[in-house]
Amino acid sequence: MSLDQGDRRTARDRILERVPARFRDRVADQIEEPPDLPLEEFGQPRRLLRASSRLPLVGPLRPRTWKSPLRGSWTTAIFAVVLLVGLPVVTITGLLSYIAYQPQFHQAIPAHVGYLHLPYFLWPTHPVWLYRFTQGLHVALGIALIPVVLAKLWSVIPKLFTFPPARSLFQLLERASLLLLVGSILFELATGVLNIQYDYVFRFDFYTAHYYGAWVFVFAFLTHVLIKWPAMRRGLKSRKLRAVLAEDLAHTEPEPYTADGLAPQAPAKPTLSRRGLLAVVGGASAMLTIFTIGDTVGDPVRFTALLSPRGQSYRGGPGHFQVNRTAKAAQITAAETGAAWRLVITGLDGQELELSRAELLSLPQVGQALPIACVEGWSTEQHWSGVRLRDLAAMVGIHRAQTAFVTSLEKSGAFKQVTLGSDQVRDEKTLLALKVAGLDLLPDHGYPARIIVPALPGVHNTKWVKAITFTGSA
Amino acid sequence: MRRLWDRFVADVGGDPLRLLSLLACFALSGYAVYRASLGPLPERMAVWFVGAAIAHDLLLYPLYALADRSWSLLVRRGPRRLRAVPIINYVRIPAMFSALLLLVFWGVISGQGNASFRYASDHPYADYLARWLVVVGVLFGVSAVLYAIRVSRAFRGRPTPSGERA
Repeated sequence: MSLDQGDRRTARDRILERVPARFRDRVADQIEEPPDLPLEEFGQPRRLLRASSRLPLVGPLRPRTWKSPLRGSWTTAIFAVVLLVGLPVVTITGLLSYIAYQPQFHQAIPAHVGYLHLPYFLWPTHPVWLYRFTQGLHVALGIALIPVVLAKLWSVIPKLFTFPPARSLFQLLERASLLLLVGSILFELATGVLNIQYDYVFRFDFYTAHYYGAWVFVFAFLTHVLIKWPAMRRGLKSRKLRAVLAEDLAHTEPEPYTADGLAPQAPAKPTLSRRGLLAVVGGASAMLTIFTIGDTVGDPVRFTALLSPRGQSYRGGPGHFQVNRTAKAAQITAAETGAAWRLVITGLDGQELELSRAELLSLPQVGQALPIACVEGWSTEQHWSGVRLRDLAAMVGIHRAQTAFVTSLEKSGAFKQVTLGSDQVRDEKTLLALKVAGLDLLPDHGYPARIIVPALPGVHNTKWVKAITFTGSA
Repeated sequence: MRRLWDRFVADVGGDPLRLLSLLACFALSGYAVYRASLGPLPERMAVWFVGAAIAHDLLLYPLYALADRSWSLLVRRGPRRLRAVPIINYVRIPAMFSALLLLVFWGVISGQGNASFRYASDHPYADYLARWLVVVGVLFGVSAVLYAIRVSRAFRGRPTPSGERA
């Protein structure tokens, strides 16, 4: 029951008949006969799907529109392999960051995520560079993969315009899942990249959007891998990477055309070798890495993050480093942090103790270097000194601490308080810091006292501490 | 049983396992969307989600493809002298890198996040537009030097090691 039943002329012929003769050749070039696919190529309802596919193809729907001689199953597969390895690393480090905020204590954002989380565990304090590493990797690798994602999309974009759009129910569903896949990866990259630049143009809550977007990506990605695994294997087998790397421009041949493949039907003459394409994409990733990695490595190479807000070193001297929330923004007044300031600690059976800053300084002081790392991927290592948190717990009768609930002088904001778990309170490196680099904390870094816990996300190292309540046993 | 399976694959267009994975993907993504919809501004998130795919496929891609094709045509019709050493990639690659930097670092280059950054850190943005321009200049400059070397070699009649710059 095709459209041209009983009539030998195709739809294309009939269109061309209506075109004035002098334009006919030119128009004829722009209209392509649809491929005459056998009925078996369609799922049910077969005849209807086939009949609807018998339309003349114009514009990007014509296979001949797509000319790049470098597109093909191998090219797509090689980018796919890189993403297959890289994107799970970015995803898992991201989901680990959620755990590092310790959702058990209802202090991760978003707070209630239903079933959508990795198994909860207490975020460790060792190695001390753990969060610096996982989150630096999350951000740097995510950015480094942007050129690969764009190249992968470039390699498959003719598929977006295949006609008929779906030859079966399965294909229709698969294409819908691709909207989830492409939408989610671009959404994650866009929101992540804007967030680290403090460009909140999207206006919705970054954490919530980036977190649930990641889960949509996880589901769409797993499905895509399952469906495309055989195609990727075939693509990879079709050529040897070593052979591609040996091929210069003169020896770069297009991949063979197949009806449902990715190689072009009418390839143009190559202007770049296949290895050249790999070099361009790899070079772009390397360039982006150079422009971001300084944020994570910190001084003295911080300046290499030329286009990042956290690529600026603070030049005030010792004790001056990256500020995430200023005392002014947190509405901390000089009166609150002056001589009248007292730290209130509460422990076993409501035992309470008030300590002035001078009293805290007279307790045994511990000094050590620890990194502090932000969810945005930047970090810095500083030399902190102050009182061990576990020593403070002992002063109010708690020798086996379970938790410490820390509150700040801040009146608002998501990070005016934090709950620390048993490993963190008991760790010998966990301090109520009073000094950095041998000098009193600066107001912007939490004077008179702040928390510093190894491997904890930066914002949970509460500044301007007002009170600490310990739970546990004697 | 075997025939039933084959019949299913032929009619639906895929095997039951992969069909199930698709249905699971939609159901679980639906759950994630539902959870997200409990938070603030879910409609905006949805717009950005779908908008990201549309912006790439129907805006960014056509734009860069058009730019690339125009440049290729221009080069092909350019003066003969220049065709001895194809200039195409010596412009294309630095242009691509510059555009990529602009895209990725749009927030700082446009200055859009300056106010929030200053509020958070008490530091203003550096002059990222100027920095980007300098990087663009260096990219094109290096490319120009490499091209000049290639041209001078070609005119001295010495063959280049390979026919291209990878």
